[in-house]
Amino acid sequence: MPLSREQVEQIASLARLKLSPKEIEKFASELTLILDYVEQLAEVDTDGVELKDQFITAENVFREDKSRKSLSRDEALSNAPDKDEEFFKVPKVIG
Amino acid sequence: MSEYDGYEPVIGLEIHAQLQTESKIFCGCKNAYGEPPNTLTCPVCLGLPGALPVLNKQAVEKAIKMILAVGGKVCNRSVFARKNYFYPDLPKGYQISQFDKPIGEGGEIFFSLEDGTKKSCRLTRIHIEEDAGKSLHPEKGESYTRVDLNRCGTPLIEIVSEPEMRSPEEAYGYFVKVKQILQYTKVCSGDMEKGHLRCDANISVRPVGQEEFGTRTEVKNMNSFKGVERAIKFEIQRQVKLLKSGGSVTQATLLWDESRQVAEAMRSKEESHDYRYFPEPDLVNLVVNDVWIENVRENMPELPDEKSERFIKDYQIRPYDAMVLTDTTSLADYYDEVMQYTKDGRTAANWVQSELLGVLKDSGDDISTFKVRPNMIADIVNKIESKEISGKMAKTVFAEMVESGKSADVIIKEKGLVQISDEKQLLAIIDSIISANTGNVDKYKSGKTNIFGFFVGQVMKETKGQANPEVVNRLLKQKLDG
Ligand SMILES: [Zn+2]
Repeated sequence: MPLSREQVEQIASLARLKLSPKEIEKFASELTLILDYVEQLAEVDTDGVELKDQFITAENVFREDKSRKSLSRDEALSNAPDKDEEFFKVPKVIG
Repeated sequence: MSEYDGYEPVIGLEIHAQLQTESKIFCGCKNAYGEPPNTLTCPVCLGLPGALPVLNKQAVEKAIKMILAVGGKVCNRSVFARKNYFYPDLPKGYQISQFDKPIGEGGEIFFSLEDGTKKSCRLTRIHIEEDAGKSLHPEKGESYTRVDLNRCGTPLIEIVSEPEMRSPEEAYGYFVKVKQILQYTKVCSGDMEKGHLRCDANISVRPVGQEEFGTRTEVKNMNSFKGVERAIKFEIQRQVKLLKSGGSVTQATLLWDESRQVAEAMRSKEESHDYRYFPEPDLVNLVVNDVWIENVRENMPELPDEKSERFIKDYQIRPYDAMVLTDTTSLADYYDEVMQYTKDGRTAANWVQSELLGVLKDSGDDISTFKVRPNMIADIVNKIESKEISGKMAKTVFAEMVESGKSADVIIKEKGLVQISDEKQLLAIIDSIISANTGNVDKYKSGKTNIFGFFVGQVMKETKGQANPEVVNRLLKQKLDG
C-alpha cells in the first residue's frame, strides 16, 4: 500500500527532517518500495514458529556495579557545536 | 462524595525512582548527585557513535527487590526497548527502557490515610530504564538552554499504578508508602528534593456512579509529597469546574507550579507522543531465573508493615505509635535499640516520639548520629519506671543530656535530682505545712477540696520538686481527710 503524503510528513517530522514538497513525493514512493520489499516476509508460512524479539542466543551480559573514571569535562564537551565552560548549549527549549 | 460536586476522581501514579547504585546503568560512570556539570560522562552515556551499553547487574537486583517487596511477579524474561524522541538532554535520541516485556508485573501497595483508614492500590508494572540529563532553562534575556549530562544513564525503575486511587489524600498515602518501601529496601533514597524520586499523576473525573473513565490529563513537576497531593487536588477541581460549566477536558500534559499553586499546560515544542518503541538491538534479553529471585527474597530486609506488626506484638505499643516509629528505618532502628535496654515499650515509645523527635525537629540533627543514644533514653525510661526520678525530673535530665551528652546517672548526681519517696521524711514536712496553714486546712475540711493543690505545691516547694508526687498525694489525703 503506498504511503500517503501525510504519513511521510509525520515520519519526517519525527526524524526532525525538513522535506520539500518534491522530496515528500519522492520519499513517498521510495519508502513504499522498501515497505513492499519487507512485506514479502508475510508470505512465509510461520505457523508453529515461536515469536522472537531477538535473534542473538546470548542472554544476560552484565557488568558489576563498579564505577570508573569518566571523561574530563573538556573531553566531554569537545565535539559540541556550542558550549560554555561547563555546559552544552542548545537552542532554548521552553519559554 | 459531595467534595467534588458529584464527580469522582480517578488517579493513577507513575513513580520514577533512581536506584542506589555506585555506577550508572549501562556504563561505569559514577551514579552521583551534585557533582560539577558534565564531569560524569563517557562515550556510552553521551551517546557517541559505536559505544555499546552493558547492563549493571546490581541495578537489576534492586529492581527485583522492589518487585518482590510489593508482592509483584518478577518476569523470568524481559526485554529492553528503545523509546524514541528528541530532546537535548537525551543525547542518543532514544531512552533505553522496557515496553511490552517489563521485568515486573502486578503487586499491591497497602497504605493508610491520615485518619487511619486502610486502603490499597494495585500496580500495573515495574520496569527498568535509564534517566536523561538535565536541561537548565534560560535566564531572562538568554537565548539558549544549558545541558548537564551527569544524570544521563542513571538507573531508574518506573512504578506504574492502576488507576485505582479516588482522592488526592489516597494518592499521597500511596506515594509515601512506596517511598517508605524503597527506603527500607535501600532501592532508592526517596529524596524528592534531589530528584531521586519523582511522581507523575494521571487524573480524570467522572460523574459518581459512571463506570467509564473521563478524559485524563497528566500532571508533572511536583517536587514534594504534599505538592503531589496539592497538584492533584488542583487538577481535579479544574476538571470538575470545566465539566460543570459545560466544557470538556482535553488530554494534555500539565506542569505543576508550586510557587503559584497551579498546573498549566506545557509550553514546549514537543511533538505529540509517538515513541516508536522497538526492541533494543544493543542489549540481550534479561533472564532472571528462580534461583536469583529466591536469593533476593531470602535477603529481603524487614519491610515497614512487618516491622510495625512486630513492634505492636513484642513491645505492646499502639498501632498508631508503631506507624510513627516505623516511618523511617533510622527511627525504627533507634527505637528497636532502645528496647534492648528496657522492657517498657510504651514509655519508651512516648519518649522517642515526643521528647526525642521534638528535639530533632528543632535542631535538624540526624537521629542515627545524635548524641543522645538509645541506651541513654532507655536509662531515663528505666529510672521513671523504678520511681528513682519523676516524670518532671526525667525531662530535666533529658534536656541536660541534649545539652551535654552526659549520662542520666551523672546528671542526676550533679543536679541532686533524687526523688524523695521516704514516707517519714515527707510526713515531717507535711505536718509542718499543715500546722503553718491551719486556715487553709479549715477551708479544705469545710468542703473546698480544690485547695488540695495548694498543699501539694507547698510540699514540692519545700523539697525543691524532688518529692514523689504519688506518695505526697497519698499522705496528704490521709492527713487532711483523717
Ligand atoms: Zn558513562
